[in-house]
Amino acid sequence: MELNDLIHHTGEWLRGTGPQANIILSSRIRLARNLTVAPFTSRASKKDLDAILAVVDSAIKDIPLLKDATFFRLNELDNIDRQFLVERHLMSHDHASNPQGKGLVVSQEEALSIMVNEEDHLRLQVMQSGFNLAETWNAMNTIDNALSEKLPYAFLPEYGFLTACPTNVGTAMRGSVMLHLPALVMTRQINKVLMAISKLSFASRGFYGEGTQAIGNFYQISNQVSLGHSELDIIQNINGLIRQIIEQEEQARQALLVQNKPMLEDKICRAWGILKNARIISSQETIELLSMVRLGVDVGLVTDLDPKALNELFIMIQPAHLQKIEVKKLSTFERDTKRAQVIREKLNGRAV
Amino acid sequence: MKCDKCAKKATVHLTEIVEGKVMEMHMCEDCAREQSHQMEQQFGLADLLAGLTDFGKQIPEAQKDVLKCPTCGLTYEEFRKFGRFGCAECYVAFKSQLKPLLKKIHGSTAHLGKKPVNVVETSMPAAAVPVSAGIQPPKAAPVPLTQLNAIDALRERLQDAISREDFEQAAELRDKIREMEEKG
Repeated sequence: MELNDLIHHTGEWLRGTGPQANIILSSRIRLARNLTVAPFTSRASKKDLDAILAVVDSAIKDIPLLKDATFFRLNELDNIDRQFLVERHLMSHDHASNPQGKGLVVSQEEALSIMVNEEDHLRLQVMQSGFNLAETWNAMNTIDNALSEKLPYAFLPEYGFLTACPTNVGTAMRGSVMLHLPALVMTRQINKVLMAISKLSFASRGFYGEGTQAIGNFYQISNQVSLGHSELDIIQNINGLIRQIIEQEEQARQALLVQNKPMLEDKICRAWGILKNARIISSQETIELLSMVRLGVDVGLVTDLDPKALNELFIMIQPAHLQKIEVKKLSTFERDTKRAQVIREKLNGRAV
Repeated sequence: MKCDKCAKKATVHLTEIVEGKVMEMHMCEDCAREQSHQMEQQFGLADLLAGLTDFGKQIPEAQKDVLKCPTCGLTYEEFRKFGRFGCAECYVAFKSQLKPLLKKIHGSTAHLGKKPVNVVETSMPAAAVPVSAGIQPPKAAPVPLTQLNAIDALRERLQDAISREDFEQAAELRDKIREMEEKG
């Protein structure tokens, strides 16, 4: 697989199916792993980093499950390509910003990615569409077991998997779920929900990852505690919390439909109209409007739209994606016009 | 909407929850950048960790070289500053400091999750095995676990001596630990 092959489709996790896909965009499991053979990344020499890249590369080639995965060395990619991989949620901003000695493994359907030599030697990620944490964990566990047969993981029976930062030690696992909560935002209940989440030792982030502000009514919720509970216990705790939030979002949607139907319909239909007709549009405006259209699909107001096409737009309208589609560098203004064109083509099913 | 700090248009909206109170801030891009820079300085993870450790006070010079990971050379002071360990062996080297810290972060100090399929028993000095040698088992004999426990016990006494500021005894214990590690 070449990097440019990715541009024509998006990851499996965006297909818009799976349990509760109306509210839950995706489920994700991340694991941190380090090898005993070298210091952690921040204290590793260039030689150490190169050796880890080589060892991981050969381990991946040895595992039948991962034979179709592609190994990228980040210093061989240009800025736009690295940004493109960040926009697809395959790696972090930090990983992209300092590419020396760093690698990324991506599976065929983008369900799995492994950052090599980020803060820890390995950061594994498995993503699936919909509310599916337990199944996502099973997929991750299989891959992790296969890797641990080839690679000497740093592990102490009492502390579990050892990580560069003590906040990740133990299971070294973060389970997270991406929720779309427009009704809780519109009814101004979202802060109450976020407060409860932080009191229960869970973290909430925006759609575009660590340190980002919530945008388009998307919230990514994950566990904070990684030591003292088994992986399945952690997942059950997240699931319990998420089920309650889903219920509250559903109630808020019902309340809006009963008490404020014309207002809700107006918001959704205006968003739909703008997206199908705009000639110049910023990414911020696009994401806010896409969120309204997504709600429109869920409440049955927008009927002739494939949820997958809608989900894909959240990814395609980002700067590096537009520049990959156009195959050249674009100014902000050029991006805003290109973005409007990409949206019109996708939503109208043809160029307008 | 106008920026809270200057008259420019606010494009960044920040919601913060501090002790159960929700605070909203609206800022233009310039002020937001400055603010985030300030916040990074104020609330770096390392600072949070430092606040959690019992080592609130400055560590005297005499202790600085006592509390050091023998494998990667990271001192406990450096860990406090950056909030990141240097290698897997740091978890053994800083064991006595680590327990209370993990308790505060996670509410627990015991791993209850999975184990790797091939558990590589801990505590062979990472530096002794160059990565370029591939992933073969280490040639250098790992320190036997029984010995490790004895060293751990000494480390705990060392901690104790340091907190009592009995540096004479601390230095003695430090040398003893070194000796045992070299023999091991």
